[in-house]
Amino acid sequence: MKQLTILSGKGGTGKTSITASFAVLARNAVVADCDVDAPDLHMLLHPEVIETSEFKCSKVAIINEKQCIRCGLCKEKCAFEAITEDLKVDAIVCEGCGVCKHVCPANAIIMIERISGNAYISKTEYGFMSHALLNPGESNSGKLVTLVRQNAKTIAEKENRDLIIIDGSPGIGCAVIASITGVDAGLVVTEPTLSGIHDLKRVLKLLEHFNVTPLVCINMYDINAENTNKILRFCKEQGIEVVGIIPFNPEVTKAMVNGKTIIEHSPKSSLAEEITSMWRKIHVVLKSSGN
Amino acid sequence: MIVSVASGKGGTGKTSVAVNMALSIRKVQLLDCDVEEPNAHILLNPSIHKIEHVYSLIPRISKELCSYRGECAKFCQFNAIFATSEKVLVFPELCHSCGGCAMVCPEKAISWEKNKTGVLKFGSVGNLELVYGELEVSKPMAVPIIKAVKKQAKSSVNVILDSPPGTSCPFVETVKDSDFCLLVTEPTPFGLHDLKIAVEVLRKIAIPFGVVVNRAGIGDKSLYNYCAEEKIRILMEIPYQRSIAELYSKGIPFSLEMPEWEAKFQLLHREIEEIITK
Repeated sequence: MKQLTILSGKGGTGKTSITASFAVLARNAVVADCDVDAPDLHMLLHPEVIETSEFKCSKVAIINEKQCIRCGLCKEKCAFEAITEDLKVDAIVCEGCGVCKHVCPANAIIMIERISGNAYISKTEYGFMSHALLNPGESNSGKLVTLVRQNAKTIAEKENRDLIIIDGSPGIGCAVIASITGVDAGLVVTEPTLSGIHDLKRVLKLLEHFNVTPLVCINMYDINAENTNKILRFCKEQGIEVVGIIPFNPEVTKAMVNGKTIIEHSPKSSLAEEITSMWRKIHVVLKSSGN
Repeated sequence: MIVSVASGKGGTGKTSVAVNMALSIRKVQLLDCDVEEPNAHILLNPSIHKIEHVYSLIPRISKELCSYRGECAKFCQFNAIFATSEKVLVFPELCHSCGGCAMVCPEKAISWEKNKTGVLKFGSVGNLELVYGELEVSKPMAVPIIKAVKKQAKSSVNVILDSPPGTSCPFVETVKDSDFCLLVTEPTPFGLHDLKIAVEVLRKIAIPFGVVVNRAGIGDKSLYNYCAEEKIRILMEIPYQRSIAELYSKGIPFSLEMPEWEAKFQLLHREIEEIITK
């Protein structure tokens, strides 16, 4: 089974629009939306949920006020400043470590499991989809990403699918790391802005650190030709394949407004052609990758 | 006054708004809390006068003192310690530095060592002071760096915080003590969807907020309908203009080239002040 992650470092470069188009082109791949705190892929692929599971992976402290002797030791020892002046637990800040319960001389604190979100397995017109939604303000997005990937793998094995396409989140932190470990290739969608280039370099370092084959797509390349050239030169020097160079095109937003992928919205456009040709190149890379 | 600039969806123009506002007002300190991918310095080109390392504390287990009972591993909620009858392994990238392992260790075999996870950079452009954090590539935890950046906030000036995208812990950590949060979005289905999640979080943690619509003119009207229904104030609209996108691509804050925007950002900041003092 092969796995491809689409990522970007900088947000808003077009990851999700491109991932959704790949889902259509790949036919029968399993798609995993690993941008669990701001997932958008479902708005283009319209999944029908067939299975929902609660996401529980951490605990939260609860203080029994009747038993509490108001000594304040919990507040003093909490490394996260999750206990307020009036000795209440700020559930959003609490990381569930259990130190407060351990130090409480009155046994007034219990740790309960918290439900941080939901994970879904769904069906779309183009195959199966694994996705999730973190409850507002919850943490642990890295662990939820891992769960979404596990679900995608389970369904791919069960249904005999040999490819998983993963839509990642912006940044380079825990959620992104969880979405690239052990994948066959990482496609970085970038834009020819100075910020885009800065973030591209950091995300390429991350892929290198985790031994993932990097690929690059320059989106909206015509916004700044000079910067596009800079990216092309940089990738050439580093021996990184640039698989797609896509012009700015207002049709991308129109497709989004209509809830469609670019391939469905304007199948005959040069934009669709460019994405299709990029997909073919990625396919070759995935085929020749080890494991 | 502390104003954070956040968004939910990435790439909506948070950094542009934060930087242009910072350039337009006086006595201002800009703190870039997007420590995974900080970009404010790219638009500002500050001279950096100080760099500080940021460390997290991770347990160091003394082989001489350890009795290999595994109490530390049992206590750790983050699976950062793995213990067998002859070995104890610590995984620094999973450790949240809660301190629990040392508290439960019956042999007092645990001390703390520093683990470098990022840097803070201190710079300035004219009177504007910029502090930004950089998470080391391959380190997963952004929140401790964000906390370190926020600690630099001065009470005597106008503080602007540039938040990372998303709506989970790095976003919450950035915005949680702000007097006001500006949510920058674009009038597209993705922009609206992620704005709604961010609004839910801000309501839950009771931070007043308003919206800046960037790239106005693209997409559709549903963002405006949502804001009207929810009585959310749209404080500024920045039209989609290729010239603005091109300036951004070159790392130039657009208010420097389009001076009429300086007054608009001043007005925006004043309006926020009025809202929160009301």
